[in-house]
Amino acid sequence: MIVDARSISKRFGNRLAVDQLNLQVPAGTCFGLLGPNGAGKTTTLRMIYGVTKPSSGTILVFGSDIARHLRAVRSRLGVTLQHNVLIEQLTPVENLRVFGRYHLLRHADLSRRIEELIELFELRSHAQVPVKNLSGGFKRRLAIALSLINRPELVILDEPTTGLDPAVRLALWSRIRTLQAAGTTVLLTTHYMDEAQRLCDQVAIMCGGKIIDEGVPAELIASRLARETVEFDCDSAEEAALLDGAGAFPRRLRSGRRIMLYLDDATTLINHIRRWDQGDRRALVVRPTNLEDLFLSLTGTSLENDL
Amino acid sequence: MSVSLPHAVAVWRRNAAIYKRTWLWNILPNFFEPVFYLVAIGVGLGAYITQMGGTSYISFLAPALVSVAAMHGASFEVTYNVYVRLTFEKAYDAMLTTPIEPDDILAGEVLWAVTRSSIYGGTFFIVVALAGLAPLPSSLLVLPLVPLTGLLFALIGMAFSLRIPTIDLFSYYFTLFLTPLFLLSGVFFPLEERLSEGWLWVAEILPLLHPVRLARAAFRGEASLVVLWDLAYLLGMSFLLVVLARRGVQRRLTD
Repeated sequence: MIVDARSISKRFGNRLAVDQLNLQVPAGTCFGLLGPNGAGKTTTLRMIYGVTKPSSGTILVFGSDIARHLRAVRSRLGVTLQHNVLIEQLTPVENLRVFGRYHLLRHADLSRRIEELIELFELRSHAQVPVKNLSGGFKRRLAIALSLINRPELVILDEPTTGLDPAVRLALWSRIRTLQAAGTTVLLTTHYMDEAQRLCDQVAIMCGGKIIDEGVPAELIASRLARETVEFDCDSAEEAALLDGAGAFPRRLRSGRRIMLYLDDATTLINHIRRWDQGDRRALVVRPTNLEDLFLSLTGTSLENDL
Repeated sequence: MSVSLPHAVAVWRRNAAIYKRTWLWNILPNFFEPVFYLVAIGVGLGAYITQMGGTSYISFLAPALVSVAAMHGASFEVTYNVYVRLTFEKAYDAMLTTPIEPDDILAGEVLWAVTRSSIYGGTFFIVVALAGLAPLPSSLLVLPLVPLTGLLFALIGMAFSLRIPTIDLFSYYFTLFLTPLFLLSGVFFPLEERLSEGWLWVAEILPLLHPVRLARAAFRGEASLVVLWDLAYLLGMSFLLVVLARRGVQRRLTD
């Protein structure tokens, strides 16, 4: 295991941010920690790289106790924080150089590594422009590049694509896959379920400081819900009458006026609703069930709502 | 937990890399400030004062102002600049994802503040020397005093900055601490001629008093036992403040 956290808890005053959490990240995987804001994801990460001390429990990273071998462990991992920490007055190359010195990289080695990262993250065109003049996508790429300066074996990404436009997200996802293909272990947090589904071999869903479910995304979905989701607007008053005689559903969830039904084959249900609507066809969405649904079914909370 | 010098130097080099971009614009005001002081107070006000502390007023003032420059050079760095790096830029959060530890950050920042204070105090000294107010070679002894003064005020500032919850409190630091120190530490008038014996003892607590007295002794080229006490104060107080600042940096940067 690259990360092995055993029953870690963190208390801030009266608030229990992380509650008896167990987390195992196997080597070479991309592991996703999912959950809404305030679930305890960032606190968990901070404990793993040793800035926050757990109130109880132990954490082994690369098999070493983080509390006792802080410098040695940190020299082998890289962290991209939720918010970009860049020196705005300096260029990307200068930022990389400053960061490389934190790892005590020697000049020649550092220059070589900077070249590689400029290449990998396609920063060449703006390599000599002060960071303050760069776009959000460029900045995020640079922030991730910084965390790779020491060729880490474990990369921790705290919400790597929050606030980025779709094209930039796609580009970053492909970089993360490249890293993983090269043997790097990736541990990321996200509240985008599509991101987790595309990138992660394994996910753990966090809520209220606890892991409420974990496993391979597709298997989790299959075991809890069904393959397809039919989604449409309908009052709760209308619901019973509408669905009467439509068959049995393993799961059904409601969020405001929106109702979601999970089933393995949606055809019968769609026909049933069309008949009920009699020409006045309501908008129906039929889509594959995703992690978002799983999260909703586990917590009864939509991800858009902060806990 | 212990400090690693190479990591502290990496922190220092971060600040140096930024300073290098703007050093010329940064350093110019350091030359103007002493000129204004010497002209306005030394020459202007000094014209009405035949002598003070046994010399012309401008010669009385010049060495003390070198110490004040060292104090200010360090203080600006460890107050607003450190606070911005801590809370707005989150630079320390990023450092703590690398093998750098809180003690290294403290050491690197203090080292950088000492550097800034040396640049500030050093340029002030050059202006004073060019004005013919620094008797050579004895006044050169003020040069090692400048970083020592910087160290003391870097640590005082760090201990303060790491404990305050909001940036607004720095105005108290400047108006209720540094300004009275500047005005009441024997820079503008000799305390021993204005205070009673009892109050003189109390005044010994003022941190700027000691660098000022040492700078005057250097300019005069005379040593006395008081010099040893002043040096002991600078070093002893710095040592105590290291303990205080270390506790502050741990508490502020880790949880």
